[in-house]
Amino acid sequence: MTLPALSITPAPGKAMLEAAPTATADVVPIPRPAGPESVRFGERLKGFFAVTLPPAATLLVVLVVWEMLASSATSGLPSPTRIWMESKELILNPFFDRGGVDKGLFWHALTSLKRVAIGFSLAAVVGVALGVLVGSSKLFHRGLDPIFQVLRTVPPLAWLPISLAALREANPSALFVIFITAIWPVVINTAVGVRNIPQDYRNVGQVLRLSPFEYFFTILLPAATPYIFTGLRIGVGMSWLAIIASEMLLGGVGVGFFIWDQYNASRISDIIVALVWVGLVGFALDRLIAFIGHVVSRGASAQ
Amino acid sequence: MSKAYLSIEELGITFRNGAKSSEVLRGVNLQVDRGEFVSIIGHSGCGKSTLLNVVAGLLPVTTGAVILDGTAVESPGPDRAVVFQNHSLLPWLSVYENVRLGVDKVFKSTKSRAERHAWTLENLALVQMVHAKDKRPSEISGGMKQRVGIARALAMEPKVLLLDEPFGALDALTRANLQDSVMEIHAKLGNTVLMITHDVDEAVLLSDRIVMMTNGPSATIGEIERVELARPRNRIAVDATPPYINARHAVIEFLYSRHKAVREAA
Repeated sequence: MTLPALSITPAPGKAMLEAAPTATADVVPIPRPAGPESVRFGERLKGFFAVTLPPAATLLVVLVVWEMLASSATSGLPSPTRIWMESKELILNPFFDRGGVDKGLFWHALTSLKRVAIGFSLAAVVGVALGVLVGSSKLFHRGLDPIFQVLRTVPPLAWLPISLAALREANPSALFVIFITAIWPVVINTAVGVRNIPQDYRNVGQVLRLSPFEYFFTILLPAATPYIFTGLRIGVGMSWLAIIASEMLLGGVGVGFFIWDQYNASRISDIIVALVWVGLVGFALDRLIAFIGHVVSRGASAQ
Repeated sequence: MSKAYLSIEELGITFRNGAKSSEVLRGVNLQVDRGEFVSIIGHSGCGKSTLLNVVAGLLPVTTGAVILDGTAVESPGPDRAVVFQNHSLLPWLSVYENVRLGVDKVFKSTKSRAERHAWTLENLALVQMVHAKDKRPSEISGGMKQRVGIARALAMEPKVLLLDEPFGALDALTRANLQDSVMEIHAKLGNTVLMITHDVDEAVLLSDRIVMMTNGPSATIGEIERVELARPRNRIAVDATPPYINARHAVIEFLYSRHKAVREAA
């Protein structure tokens, strides 16, 4: 099988070499085919539609079904067209501010986000520290893990009366609820990440005689980073859940309170608009943490 | 006490797991001279990796002692750099940074920043990996990773270089390439090397002496075969010579006739 192939292959090359000096040829301009840029652009456009069309179609179907179900006069929930008519200003202008709590949804979301930023940052710092402790020491793991496993199942709102009783003010209580909700996934995932550092990396640290400080920053933290960011992603989602719930009870400015306020005013359309905001902001938070994780772990953690 | 550079004396290792204890090594004695290349060969589960880990200091001695250059080994250290079987480069660091990490640690007080940079590059050049210095381990091939692992170990200027089946996970051609590189480096630097292997040809080609381990539990050194081949060695030139054939035969005879692999262990 291979022999004929071997004897044939050099032949064309040889022929070309011999023919080269004598051959003359006119230069024929070849019509330029579709350039690589336009091909690439077409491919990209195709890719873009492949990603965006299915969710757009789903959305359309949901809206149509909703419209049909909710268009009867007796329906308790407004249809999409009624929401558009009733809450047009709220949808189109999220930035108005008429003082007090009469503000656009952007300002409500911003206030909620500020609370989440503070509570979640605290949870991230304390959670990673506790997770490293639990992950690297058997003693601490035995002592703390059972308590964490019980506490993490307590629902966010159950913490609210306790934090109100202890802190006596609405704002710190809301922050505490976010903190205590978001911390558990961070602690647990960090601990798993630290415990799962491959023995090889530990050996490298030992052979190099890294100090505990050097080991922490050159090996432990980078090795656990993908796990830590998994915890942070779950944590940020949960803290967003917690803020909405706790604002409903605490009042003031914020998306959670806005929803409660509109419910009391029986403006269901406004509530649905706010729900869309809540969903989109939560989605954006999740993506943000995933993106930071992707950058920090240099591509090791999934986006 | 012997005057050898690296001396393993009456070494015994017993692992304890609760009430159960298993003796892995018993009465291991080995003297390695400065600049000598010694291979340790044996069937799976004979405790050869345990032996290497004890010399590295990663496992504690149960009885006996390991003495390197007059000092007993008690903990891991850069004077006994290890090239691990699965390279164990840190994936979040570039090739350069992986080597530099060891260089910075060992020569923090003795070399300036510029000198440490030059030394890192020099060692990467030794394994022909300067071209990939800014790549991450995930972006280079298995053979290249192992080269970087060797550079990292060499850059620490260890008293003894410990190779734990360094080429075990590589294909035959890449392995041959790396073996040649290791021989060149050994010729150039004169390192003292202790290598674990399960490849008879590799052991014969690279070593001055081949240490053959009996099967565990309670494994020990069965025989030591000296390879009477002059250096530098060329794998093609030595292949059919009597010393090569004799050494190869002695090892194969030991491994497959007198100390067959225990079925359960294999």
